[in-house]
Amino acid sequence: MATSTAAPAAPATRIGRAAFEVDDRLIVAGPLRRTLNKVFPDHWSFLLGEIALYCFVILLLSGTYLTFFFDATMQEVIYEGGYAPLRGVEMSAAYESTLALSFDVRGGLLIRQIHHWAALLFVAAIVVHLLRIFFTGAFRRPRESNWLIGVGLLVLALLMGVTGYTLPDDLLSGTGLRIISAILLSIPVVGTWVHWAVFNGDFVGMDIIGRFYIVHVLILPAIVLGLIAVHLLVLVKQKHTQFPGAGRTEHNVVGNRLFPTFAGKATALFFIVFGVCAALGGLVQINPVWLWGPYNPAQVSAGSQPDWYIGFLDGSTRLFPAWDINLPGGYVIPALFWPTVVIAGAMFTVLALYPMIERKLTGDTASHHLLQRPRDVPVRTSIGAMALSFYIVLWISGGNDLIADKFDISLNAMTWFGRIGMILIPPIVYVLTYRICLGLERHDREVLEHGIETGVIRRLPSGEFIEVHQPLGPVDEHGHGQLAYGGASVPKKMNQVGGARRAIKGFFSPVEEPAAVQAEAEHEARGLEATEAARRELTGSGRPSEGGRPSEGGRPQEPRD
Amino acid sequence: MSTTDHQRPGSAGGSDEAGPAHGGPDEDHTPEQLAAMDRVERDRLGARYDGVEVLHVEPGPTPGSKLEKQATRLVTFWFLLAALLSLAFLVVYVGSGWFLPDWQWTVGGSAWSAAFTPLTGLFMGLALTSVGIGLVVFVKKLMPHETAVQDKHDGSHFDRVTTSATLLGGLDNSGLRRRKLLTGTLGFMALAFGAMLIAPLGGLIKNPNKGNPLGTTPWAEGIRLVRNDGTPIRPGDQQPGSLETVFPAVTGGNRAADAATMLIRLRPAQLQNLQTPTGQEDFGYGDYVAYSKICTHAGCPVSLYEQETGRILCPCHQSQFQVTEGAKPVFGPATRPLPQLPITVDDEGYFVARSDYIEPVGPTYWNRESI
Repeated sequence: MATSTAAPAAPATRIGRAAFEVDDRLIVAGPLRRTLNKVFPDHWSFLLGEIALYCFVILLLSGTYLTFFFDATMQEVIYEGGYAPLRGVEMSAAYESTLALSFDVRGGLLIRQIHHWAALLFVAAIVVHLLRIFFTGAFRRPRESNWLIGVGLLVLALLMGVTGYTLPDDLLSGTGLRIISAILLSIPVVGTWVHWAVFNGDFVGMDIIGRFYIVHVLILPAIVLGLIAVHLLVLVKQKHTQFPGAGRTEHNVVGNRLFPTFAGKATALFFIVFGVCAALGGLVQINPVWLWGPYNPAQVSAGSQPDWYIGFLDGSTRLFPAWDINLPGGYVIPALFWPTVVIAGAMFTVLALYPMIERKLTGDTASHHLLQRPRDVPVRTSIGAMALSFYIVLWISGGNDLIADKFDISLNAMTWFGRIGMILIPPIVYVLTYRICLGLERHDREVLEHGIETGVIRRLPSGEFIEVHQPLGPVDEHGHGQLAYGGASVPKKMNQVGGARRAIKGFFSPVEEPAAVQAEAEHEARGLEATEAARRELTGSGRPSEGGRPSEGGRPQEPRD
Repeated sequence: MSTTDHQRPGSAGGSDEAGPAHGGPDEDHTPEQLAAMDRVERDRLGARYDGVEVLHVEPGPTPGSKLEKQATRLVTFWFLLAALLSLAFLVVYVGSGWFLPDWQWTVGGSAWSAAFTPLTGLFMGLALTSVGIGLVVFVKKLMPHETAVQDKHDGSHFDRVTTSATLLGGLDNSGLRRRKLLTGTLGFMALAFGAMLIAPLGGLIKNPNKGNPLGTTPWAEGIRLVRNDGTPIRPGDQQPGSLETVFPAVTGGNRAADAATMLIRLRPAQLQNLQTPTGQEDFGYGDYVAYSKICTHAGCPVSLYEQETGRILCPCHQSQFQVTEGAKPVFGPATRPLPQLPITVDDEGYFVARSDYIEPVGPTYWNRESI
């Protein structure tokens, strides 16, 4: 028994003693060790969600800075600041303070542009992360809850974007606000009531900037922060998915421990994301509000564009035909209601419910922790590609006036392209994607059966020319490979199975001894250097794999193993 | 002292003795045993308790080797670069207006003031990116590469059964399942209480149908049509085929959300083919017509007038309106014509409105026709 023996010796070092004092009070050593030991899969696509997370951190930091200078009121003032062309112009205090923090605050413009760029990147990272989750089947049981939270976060990110975009009260944001007002009015039955509740009266009133401000800087960020916390807790609890490969099963995670490898890489990614945002914020001008001027309901600039993530809604609104529905009693459902509220609502609802829909249709209710390659699930991949093509047609149509202008195409023709394209293109994309998936699947099977094309042409005694194929595993009496497809990438080039030696490191001159590299490779029994004598029980990753290396009849492995 | 009671949690009972240490497997590993292990062994031992097995460690570069020296130089370079770039940022940020030209940008100002934001952004961005690259190189080239595997566990039957026993025990003890009246009252209370909590949000609700605010604008009989700068307009001020945005001559008329109006002087050819909706034949004045500038689709100002075809294009969603046909929509998502403002000329020869618009301007809404 522990208590019967001598007490543990006190830590010798200063840090050790400090750590002991902390743990004696808080008892954190156990949970901390469990956290540090958590294993993260080592694949680039798992970093996409992290990029979104880091963008959010950057948004919080830069946004807090902006609040020091921004005045969210619509009181009319006369501009007397540093930007000469607007001096003497009547404008709202919100617009005036935006100009002030751009021109009269040292570094204010940089932070404002970092904030805007980080917002664009935030939504982009969420969308790409969502696509990765979708196409690899990572949303399947037991991860439906995190999928729902993720879709919720996407919607909230869009709302944060819309409310933030409105705050400067320049001509562009005011035009966006006018369209928001029209969308609220278009809701059947309660539209005018909703509008009056949001705007505190008719458009535009004196309250909307102040209200959007508190929604943008407090309510939405608080909800997003809470949801991110739940998203990550569920992730830690359920552990990561992983791509199939040697030693990877439904019951484990293979990768790096959090400390120090993963923590180092994740911190590095944060700095790089921040660096990219800062460089964009400094070098690439975004939303130069001083050029648009203050909002005036009677003015608009041609080619007005929302931020990229709202473009699809702008597109659907442009494409939808002029179909008011007149009801008896003089009531009307405005045409604007369908492309903005109904189409957007339907898109996000189907997106949110997709895991449940797929579970119902396929009857697959089992838990999955191994990811699927998109080609192995052609129906889902094709549905995803179809939805994406629909989205892209809408998105392009959101800028159809710019395309018409730059390429000298008729604007009406662009509208008709969008109207027809949004119906015709998705099914075509579905069929194409389906065929491509099948083609890729078949090629995998072909390589498994016939081996890798070596590029070596041999002439047989009969005069026939054949290309020599390198089998990936044992072959039967007909020379056909006996390996089954394991859901992982199949090597298709000789170099991926050790057809070439590893390059000697060193840029100007070698920093390694070629002989030492050779000896190391022989020791590890890799590629060309592998000899019969060097056969081992373990694969390169050191773990007994299912059947050993491909040449021994095991499952194919990722090249890096 | 050692008692078997310590095998059972909470068994210390009334005795003032420490129970087993905080969930750690301290009983299985004495301090002596732990002290005898080296650090790697202790690390692996702890990891094993967390369900983690380190499978394979590819060691980092051999200490003192050329490879290590090269990698160290590389990492040092990136971190040094980050430090220098940070200093460069500070020099530009702090020094502008001190020993460097002023940072504040003005029209026709110095090139330095135009470069201030790009330079600070560039230095900050490169500094941050250099830190990131340095860290990546550090992890990739100087540290051992470890491949670890962690077990993934399904839910435990034991946990489910024991937890549900605790929960159901509590529920039973409360007797809520038997005491129907109490349960019903609790539900009623929750509803009433919840309603009370959200009720103050009712302060947001206002009646949009009081006084028909959506159907009225500042226009009224006898109000002059004025330009943005407040000057009135006479017939003949405009060239045939031209368009001018006009506002009601009231305070704030040029900022009102629904008052902006387009005064269009038609060309003679257009005047001949003019089709006006029934009941609005006399809304124009001579070769002048006035239409609301607020799009009937989403409320943007329709701004782009093509003289040749007499079409007005809304730049937001590309609805197109035909001026010679009562401004009816001919393409795009708009469904209704732009409302027409009845105009005439007052005693002094300036344009005035004959009344407000006879229908609501701007986007369509549910009870637009019925109010």
